[in-house]
Amino acid sequence: MTGLPPAPDRVIALSTGVLDHLMPMHLWFDDAGRVVQTGPTLAKMLARGDLAGVPVADLIEIRRPARARTAADLVALAGQRLSLTLRSAPDLPLRGTIAVWPGQAGAILDISLGLSFAGAVAAFDLTLADFSPCDQTVELMYLYEANASTAALSRHLSERLEAARAAAETQALTDALSGLANRRAMDLEIERRLADLSEDFALLHIDLDLFKQVNDTMGHAAGDHVITHVGAVLRAETRASDMAARVGGDEFLLLLSGPVDRDGLARLGARLIARLEEPILFEGKPCLISASIGAVSSAGYPRRPDIDGLLADTDLALYTAKRTGRGRVVLHGDDTPPPRGRRASDPTARAP
Amino acid sequence: MHGMVNRALQGFLTATYGPQVWAEVRSQAGLPFDDFEAMLRYDDRVTLQCFEAACQILMKPPNTVLEDLGTWLVTDPNLEPLRRLLRFAGPTFADFVHSLEEIGDRGRLAMPDLDMPDVTLDRIDPVTYRLRARWGLPGIAPVFLGCLRAMADDYGALALVRLAGIEDGAECVEIQLLDAAYAEGRQFSLGARLS
Repeated sequence: MTGLPPAPDRVIALSTGVLDHLMPMHLWFDDAGRVVQTGPTLAKMLARGDLAGVPVADLIEIRRPARARTAADLVALAGQRLSLTLRSAPDLPLRGTIAVWPGQAGAILDISLGLSFAGAVAAFDLTLADFSPCDQTVELMYLYEANASTAALSRHLSERLEAARAAAETQALTDALSGLANRRAMDLEIERRLADLSEDFALLHIDLDLFKQVNDTMGHAAGDHVITHVGAVLRAETRASDMAARVGGDEFLLLLSGPVDRDGLARLGARLIARLEEPILFEGKPCLISASIGAVSSAGYPRRPDIDGLLADTDLALYTAKRTGRGRVVLHGDDTPPPRGRRASDPTARAP
Repeated sequence: MHGMVNRALQGFLTATYGPQVWAEVRSQAGLPFDDFEAMLRYDDRVTLQCFEAACQILMKPPNTVLEDLGTWLVTDPNLEPLRRLLRFAGPTFADFVHSLEEIGDRGRLAMPDLDMPDVTLDRIDPVTYRLRARWGLPGIAPVFLGCLRAMADDYGALALVRLAGIEDGAECVEIQLLDAAYAEGRQFSLGARLS
């Protein structure tokens, strides 16, 4: 379709009205590169009153494939796909093509809005009647608006789903890695048990020893594997009426229903530690950990403490267990207050 | 039906009669959620249950509810984007009517999986047209009735629109174009969304 000259034996006459109707954005220029007439839509876009005789180069800047100032420059581009702008709107790249009239009648430049259609329609305040019924610009505008609306609907759906996911996460009661309950579930259960004065219970705070070393030397995948294994051990060691929860990176709480005497607690703690000290194979290599346990029994209180008091007592017992060497069980009441300035989570308090 | 259709029913009931009526409809229809989601699909049964519940609660005949829904689709200020999309069909109400056969394609251009009615348009005489519409659920003609009357107002045209029975399973509407410039229509600026 490039540079086809009109066949001289097929010349037909077109009234300017026909040109306006078929190509409302055309510009007919003479051999001197001056405007003969423009279509009504282009005239509206140029907004300059009478255009007859105005040099095309004063109105339009041809940018691709080559600059054109003279009539000869313009005619040389006939048949090509042109990128151009109006001098009045240099930010809106338009599309065009030039065809040369037969004889000495000059040439015609037809313009379309190209990809600037949305900006151009707004900038030039164009209406449906400004476009040829064959011009798909109006359909593009339609699609452009429809797209914006449906994109907004999709975005709202995504936002609602994200909010629902976040809400589900905060309401979740399970720790995904260990398969145990999470802190939230355990707190709810402790509150419930504290309020139920008809039954005693015991609470064990378990802190893994040497877990950091496994993570550091064998990688996080090994650490995750150890946590999963600990979850399985705690599940196996508890009854349906008990609850085990992972409440920190390597911290667990175990809630045991019913009265448990001090010897029973100590025996259970020792058994748990022994199970946890068994080598855990990860990719054929053993991971070695141990655990320290601080335990309380609700029976040990003349009046039941609140949840913070109960947890503080298990922390204190755990701290004592850590401080006196790893792999120990300490029952609340057997412990002594920690020296000032040291906390159970202090790494220096951990086993070597 | 597409979520958009269900969402339209919910939106119409909520905007016109208030959230309490929508809550009653939901409860009577046994809807297990608060809101329809425009981008999901629902079983046709759910749409029908909600619609039947709405007619019962409002104590209105189905055609009246559907016609009001059609009017609401064009006139509710919150649905201005939809009115604009409809106005893209042509500069005059006559152009709009002539383009009604394209309405399915236009709808699917916006949303490819939208359930749009299949429409054919026959010219009865120079000013009278018969629209035949087929859709997945019964009642598309009264929706068109409300929608077309509102669009005539929107263009400022005077037109008579009435239900014209059912032919071979197609619901019919008759449109008489009386005066294209009867009144001042509502404005439609092609580039309004950007300015």
